[in-house]
Amino acid sequence: MATLELSLDEDVAAAPARRVRRLGPLFWLATGWMIFVFAVAIFAELLPLPSPTDMDMLERRAPFSLAHWLGTDGLGRDELARVIYGARISLVVGLCAPIIGLIFGGALGMLAGYFRGRFESLVVGSMDVLLAFPPLILALAVTAYLGQSILNLTFILGVLSIPAFMRVARAATLTLARREFVIAAQALGATHSRILLRELLPNVMLPLLAFFLLGVAVIIVVEGALSFLGLGVPPPISSWGSMIGEGRESLEVAPRLAFIPAIAMFLTVLSFNLVGDTLRALTDPRQGAL
Amino acid sequence: MTDNTLLSVDDVVVDLPTPRGNLRAVDHVDLRVGAGRTLGVVGESGCGKTMLSRAILQLLPKKAKLSGRVMFDGQDLLQLSPEKLRKLRGRSLAVVFQDPMTSLNPVLTIGTQLIETLQEHLELDDATAKKRSAELLAAVGIPAPEQRLQQYPHQLSGGMRQRVAIAIALSCEPKLLIADEPTTALDVTIQAQILDLLAREQRRRHMAMILITHDLGVVAGRTDEVAVMYAGRVVERAPTPALFKKMRMPYTEALLAALPKIDAAPHTPLPAISGRPPDPTRPLKGCSFSPRCRYADGRCHNEKPALAEAESREHQYACFHPIETGVGASV
Amino acid sequence: MLLFVARRLFYLIPVLIAVSLLTFFIASLLPGDLAYVILGDQATPEKVEALRHDMGLDQPIWIRYFGWLGHVLQGDFGRSFRTGQTVLQAVSERLPVSFELMILAEILGLVIGVPLAIVCAARSGGPFDRLMTGSAFGMLSVPTFLSAILLIYLFAVELRWLPATGYVPFGEDPLANLRFMVLPALTLALAEWPGIMRVLRSDMIATLQEDYIALAKAKGLKASRILFVHALKPSSLTLVTITGINIGRLIGGAVIVETIFALPGIGRLLVSAINTRDLIILQGVVLLVAAGFVIMNFIVDLLYAVLDPRIRHGHA
Repeated sequence: MATLELSLDEDVAAAPARRVRRLGPLFWLATGWMIFVFAVAIFAELLPLPSPTDMDMLERRAPFSLAHWLGTDGLGRDELARVIYGARISLVVGLCAPIIGLIFGGALGMLAGYFRGRFESLVVGSMDVLLAFPPLILALAVTAYLGQSILNLTFILGVLSIPAFMRVARAATLTLARREFVIAAQALGATHSRILLRELLPNVMLPLLAFFLLGVAVIIVVEGALSFLGLGVPPPISSWGSMIGEGRESLEVAPRLAFIPAIAMFLTVLSFNLVGDTLRALTDPRQGAL
Repeated sequence: MTDNTLLSVDDVVVDLPTPRGNLRAVDHVDLRVGAGRTLGVVGESGCGKTMLSRAILQLLPKKAKLSGRVMFDGQDLLQLSPEKLRKLRGRSLAVVFQDPMTSLNPVLTIGTQLIETLQEHLELDDATAKKRSAELLAAVGIPAPEQRLQQYPHQLSGGMRQRVAIAIALSCEPKLLIADEPTTALDVTIQAQILDLLAREQRRRHMAMILITHDLGVVAGRTDEVAVMYAGRVVERAPTPALFKKMRMPYTEALLAALPKIDAAPHTPLPAISGRPPDPTRPLKGCSFSPRCRYADGRCHNEKPALAEAESREHQYACFHPIETGVGASV
Repeated sequence: MLLFVARRLFYLIPVLIAVSLLTFFIASLLPGDLAYVILGDQATPEKVEALRHDMGLDQPIWIRYFGWLGHVLQGDFGRSFRTGQTVLQAVSERLPVSFELMILAEILGLVIGVPLAIVCAARSGGPFDRLMTGSAFGMLSVPTFLSAILLIYLFAVELRWLPATGYVPFGEDPLANLRFMVLPALTLALAEWPGIMRVLRSDMIATLQEDYIALAKAKGLKASRILFVHALKPSSLTLVTITGINIGRLIGGAVIVETIFALPGIGRLLVSAINTRDLIILQGVVLLVAAGFVIMNFIVDLLYAVLDPRIRHGHA
């Protein structure tokens, strides 16, 4: 009896929360920014920009002007061009590393969640060991041994993201494997690989993709932090992180040199977080809509 | 009207906005409870009886809209400031909820939950509060009260927990106790004990009590007056003996018939009331019970009967075809 | 209760062993380099061979692992060939600094996050709640090093209230020590408070729907008591878990912060070991940090049991 009244309360409270989950203006703004940054990074050469590597020693740390919309940095290079080319690096690492995690982590997670048993314990256990290391420290250690390069960086960050993707895929698979459509397929005599690829994969893909976007945000930050310390992308390649690190030296004189790439990074990370978070709420298979 | 009226509920309406429309949980209800008297409120799940109790306590959910008057001990509760209300609650106005497993805080000791009430309202010091708490536990029939004070709710059985909840409710000598389905979550064997405990304490303290339940059997012999609720309205109200002897509402009759009888032949089917209560977001034009009523006719489906009086002023019902009068009574 | 602890300990050992294995094998990816690195520009093929033999680097990897593990279990993590210090010496010098930083950061994070969470939960859905939830979300997108730059710019460059770098041990001069620690701790706290606030807030919102809160209100208790005693205590479980998990993340964040603010902590030890290719220090520190992380999680599990009496008594 009392439960009727209590659930009414929840009903009333849940409705406004669900309304926020609808794709509001913030969501579209974030998506717009993401697309914008991508487009600009991909088509950088086509844009009427000065070269990001041209140094003009007479115009060092110049303020905003028509020639240099965002001014110049400590070596006279055009700031706007640098930010755009820096976006390339940050985005390349930011996208490729989680893809590694998505493919390997997703596969491991699906297999673990589907086959269960010893295999699952092994997978979960080894992921736990990997997770026992604070990720930044492991990344630092490995780049120290393997050397600094974009490839190594992407590789190690990708490997570090595998456990997280594994967890998401496994959780989704555990929930979905019990649903009727899987049991029906098994009853019809479908092979494991058919079930995994045809039935489970399309459904597990949704939360994985949402998580992927969140992963991109995280990787951009981690790469940024490493590059900021000079331990990420090797100079003279610069990502947003390296630019911020360089800008740190000019904080007293020209703080904009640190803050411009910082704002670019913040907006991009925020956008990926917003879109990823919204999509995650919409596609979580545990919220039983299907 | 008696001057002894402790609580009077006048034309109270509780509306709840839901995504499917407005839900009228309590639909123009009037009630009176005299000092030291027991009122039973009976009805199915969803008839609004719990919402009514929350309305009296002024503890409705945030979105609820309340109108009407609730006079308690000479004060209109709807006009009181939150601070004054807070002082009343727990002190003059107490409540026992249905499920003691969820109504007691699982991470606080029994002692804490008793002592805090005493200290809040009576401003006792620690030692006195502790002593009083042990006395209260003993009064509700809990053995080894001092040890119980250090224990947590999950270490006690269901019946014990409800006794603790009753002890908490009685701790500051309230004038009115609202017991919302106090035995529904308990074993049948324990139910009678708890009800007896409540009755005993009520008599001893000359306390008024509202006993809310879905079980007519619970109110028989334990209440002075009964109000039967259906779909948010009071559909029959009478002194208890009169209700059982001469009930008027078909609904009340059906409720009584649905109770298992100890002297019935084995395997006698229980005449359950067919159908379900109406969807509260879509109120019916006529009598809310008409879709399920054996005696319903066209008038019942189209007009809503108001509460009318039977032979005595204390017995009221809302029906066009009350039982035992054959022809429809005038409304 | 003892059974509970014993079961957890059982699980701990294999994880620690696996951690040590992983650390060692990463470190021995390129064994030849170690000798080269040590000898530096004095490396000739014969010297390298000799050194490798001396250090036992030419033995099979398993023997080297167990040799190393044996030393480690006796407390000998090796000696840096750069500074001559043993790993344990270097770590014990730096540990108090990192410790102080992490504790201050966690405290500040709690000081900001917990009250915000309580107020937001009490007024959930209202304008303040929406503002704070939005800010928390935005804050989560601000990387630690960005907050550091921002704080340095604000407080060290513009306002000149606080120093940007430097350190004085607490024993020497507590006030100066705190002055140096404020910005770094605040930087980390800014990364901590959103997580704390979000989790505690949603836990408290759920708790506030419970029947026992309704009864507490019906008993006429003060709102402050209901919030802080009746609602906070059941939700404190999540708080403890979050704090414990955070300590692990703080270790990573501490690396950045220590480097930026030039604090002589473990993080900086790590970074300088990487820069100078001091692989022995690197190996030892990584093992210690990872092991500490694992043990930290174990302690969090225990605390969980202490806080929830239902777990202690074998229920729940």
